[in-house]
Amino acid sequence: MKNSIAHRIADFLKDFPPFNFLNADELLNISEESEVLYIDKGNILFNEGESVHAFFYIVHKGAIQLQKFQNEQYETLDTCDEGDIFGLRPLFAEENYIMNAIAEEESIVYGIPIKQFKPLTESNKKVGNFLIQSFATNTRNPYAREDKGKLFFGNQVIEPVSNSPLFELQPAPIIKKIVTTSPETSIKTAAQLMSKRKVGSILVTKNDVPVGILTDEDFRDSIATGEYSIDNTVDKIMSFPVICYPKTVTIAQAQITMMKHNINHICITEDGTPNTRVTGILSEHDIMVSQGNSPSVLMKAIQRSHSTKELKKIRNKINLLLGGYIQNNIPLTHISKLIFELNDATIKRVISRCVVKLQQEPPVKFAWLSMGSQGRKEQLLQTDQDNAIIFADPPEGKLEETRDYFLQLATKVNKRLMIVGYEYCPADMMAKNPRWCLSLSEWKEQVAKWIKEPGPDEILLSNIFFDYDITYGDSLLSNSLSDYILDLIENYPKFLSVMGSNALRNPSPLGFFRQFLVEQDGEKKDFFDLKKRGLQPLTESARLLILSYKIKNISNTAERFDRLAQLEPKNKELFEGCSYASKALLKFRTKQGLQNRDSGRFIDLSKLNKEDKMKLKRAFKSIKALQDLIKMRFETANVI
Amino acid sequence: MLHWFKKDESHLPEFWQKYSARFDKNQKEQLISETTFVVLDTETTGFDQEKDRILSIGCVKVKNNKLLVADSFEIYLKQEKFNPDTVEIHGLIKHERFETISEEKALQLFLKYIKNSVLVAHHAGFDINMINAAMKRNHLPKLKNRVLDTGVLYRKTRIISNFIDQHKTYSLDEVALAYNIDLKDRHTAIGDAFITAIAFLKILGRLKRKKLKELYKK
Repeated sequence: MKNSIAHRIADFLKDFPPFNFLNADELLNISEESEVLYIDKGNILFNEGESVHAFFYIVHKGAIQLQKFQNEQYETLDTCDEGDIFGLRPLFAEENYIMNAIAEEESIVYGIPIKQFKPLTESNKKVGNFLIQSFATNTRNPYAREDKGKLFFGNQVIEPVSNSPLFELQPAPIIKKIVTTSPETSIKTAAQLMSKRKVGSILVTKNDVPVGILTDEDFRDSIATGEYSIDNTVDKIMSFPVICYPKTVTIAQAQITMMKHNINHICITEDGTPNTRVTGILSEHDIMVSQGNSPSVLMKAIQRSHSTKELKKIRNKINLLLGGYIQNNIPLTHISKLIFELNDATIKRVISRCVVKLQQEPPVKFAWLSMGSQGRKEQLLQTDQDNAIIFADPPEGKLEETRDYFLQLATKVNKRLMIVGYEYCPADMMAKNPRWCLSLSEWKEQVAKWIKEPGPDEILLSNIFFDYDITYGDSLLSNSLSDYILDLIENYPKFLSVMGSNALRNPSPLGFFRQFLVEQDGEKKDFFDLKKRGLQPLTESARLLILSYKIKNISNTAERFDRLAQLEPKNKELFEGCSYASKALLKFRTKQGLQNRDSGRFIDLSKLNKEDKMKLKRAFKSIKALQDLIKMRFETANVI
Repeated sequence: MLHWFKKDESHLPEFWQKYSARFDKNQKEQLISETTFVVLDTETTGFDQEKDRILSIGCVKVKNNKLLVADSFEIYLKQEKFNPDTVEIHGLIKHERFETISEEKALQLFLKYIKNSVLVAHHAGFDINMINAAMKRNHLPKLKNRVLDTGVLYRKTRIISNFIDQHKTYSLDEVALAYNIDLKDRHTAIGDAFITAIAFLKILGRLKRKKLKELYKK
């Protein structure tokens, strides 16, 4: 019988080592006996000590973490994502697994049959070598070590496994997608190409053999000084000869060479001499990126990224950075600003790439709004995406055509953000939903309805949409909408009352005997809902108060309270307490979330220590006082 | 006692009797992790149950979050009836390069493959009706398997919110987009069966139910 699924599997495998060394028949043969596995987030594929499976594995979608129980805790040795292989032990030894494989996110994994595959490792030297190297270094791909190294993780530094070589001795992070030009190209054309591809250097090649290299520095030294005109050919100003190495160059070798020759780039050729074909390029910048996760390096990496997959990898590094910051008790104001900027840059990068992909300029100006926690600059952990588009009013009769363009754009952006790690909003509050992709006039009409007739749904929507932050595009549009909202609220005071009673619907979480109120039913019975009972009342109250003062463009909850403390000296202490509480609870949630690999929303109180409990209680006292103030001020009793 | 009400099947072919004999126990209490699911899709000449015919059936077997590639099922049927309008959708052309078999032989192989597994399809009603119509033409009773519809199950994974239409029907494309499943080989029976199977696994992951009967609850 024909087996199309096997073809489908083979078609995926063929792009990844060691499968790229196999011929079509061999690939199909192993694909026919393969298996497809679904592993839900947090589930385990195999355990340390378990007897080996008849398969080894390659990640198709998702991410699998390899962990080992060391020093009385599980330490992550490696994270495998799309195309990475793992679980190689049964290929080499009949022993039990020596590590755990656990799904870091929902994953689809292909199992490759050992029985069919093993003969190939013996007959095909390349396959065998690749696997031996992978197995020996305990990593899935010895050629892709760029994610490894000194990950910033506070006290919990993820050391390379004990028997793996030092970072400096590892293979260097080589970029294979290189930008090249010929010696006869004009300097201007080369510069245009470099700026289009956002690279700092371009290789000059002749028949695929490197003859020179042109970097940003050459432009400064030779063009900006007036020495050469931009109409000259590149061979006039390029640096040569090019320093070449084979792809096995280690980071240490590369660093020494760069220092010695005072250069920032090394060219990788087939045999390491300047006489063979170019296969890649290695830059000082990329070594820096692979070495550390400093925010500025990550920021640059985001702005230079050329694929969604790359952005996803950067996101994982951002999470490590976040973990390190929280562990080292760095002030939350600082952490949230940094993480917000990195998130913001990621979203901006995705949008600008999608605009290019559409191959058509936006028909009118638009603004991409991030709402909810990202809008409030409080999104530390990756949560759902909430976003919307405002576009300028198009010419008469062009409304639907214009909307179509933005819906197309939004569909692309939403999808890529999902791949990067922001899950789709379960209630479809995303720009790709035609309800939230509106012209400025339509938005005004929409918010007017919410403000004039505020029912429960309208308040809920206002709560989500009124915390927007413009991520991309024209801020005149978002400002114009903000002004409109504030004016309208002044004329419809009832809106604030309803919003006030809504903010009070979840009472302060301290019960009569000062016990915590826990959830009464559902999957999370007996857990404490930190969002519903802690963060949400604070957020909603802050929004309400700041709207009543007609203040726009501050959407962060803590910052709103700080502002309120300035505006009302007599309540200064209360608002400062609330500002502190919102930061403390957010930090608490982030810590919990990192620990449990979830959104951090539900807390198992029995696992908290005394100090944490005290901290929470202090925060809730402020919430109680705040809710009393709102009750008085907005006369909510009359509305309910 | 019960066998009094059982229809006499002795006049039916042996392959049917073998198939039928497997449905002796109640599957409802069974654990999902122990249940064999056959995820299927059919390509047909059109949407009319009476007039249109099945051109191909593609199935994959799923058990305990696992799909064995070797245990997939892919057949192409010889059909005299041929509707040029639908060729474009699935690119199957009569007597194309695939080996084709008679409808009767196809049903025989199909029953042997599915056994008493639970059948899963996207908008399952259509596929099951088409197969039952073919069964009828070949003087066989209707399929006895339990059926699950990924269209219905997907809806259960969505939150209950006033901002979502609770009765919306979701196409396979929409589900695949939401779950980021590659749409390779879309509109071939086996390709769609594979996409549906991945979607089904992701739905099960989200619904987190233990027993088979819980999948039939609201």
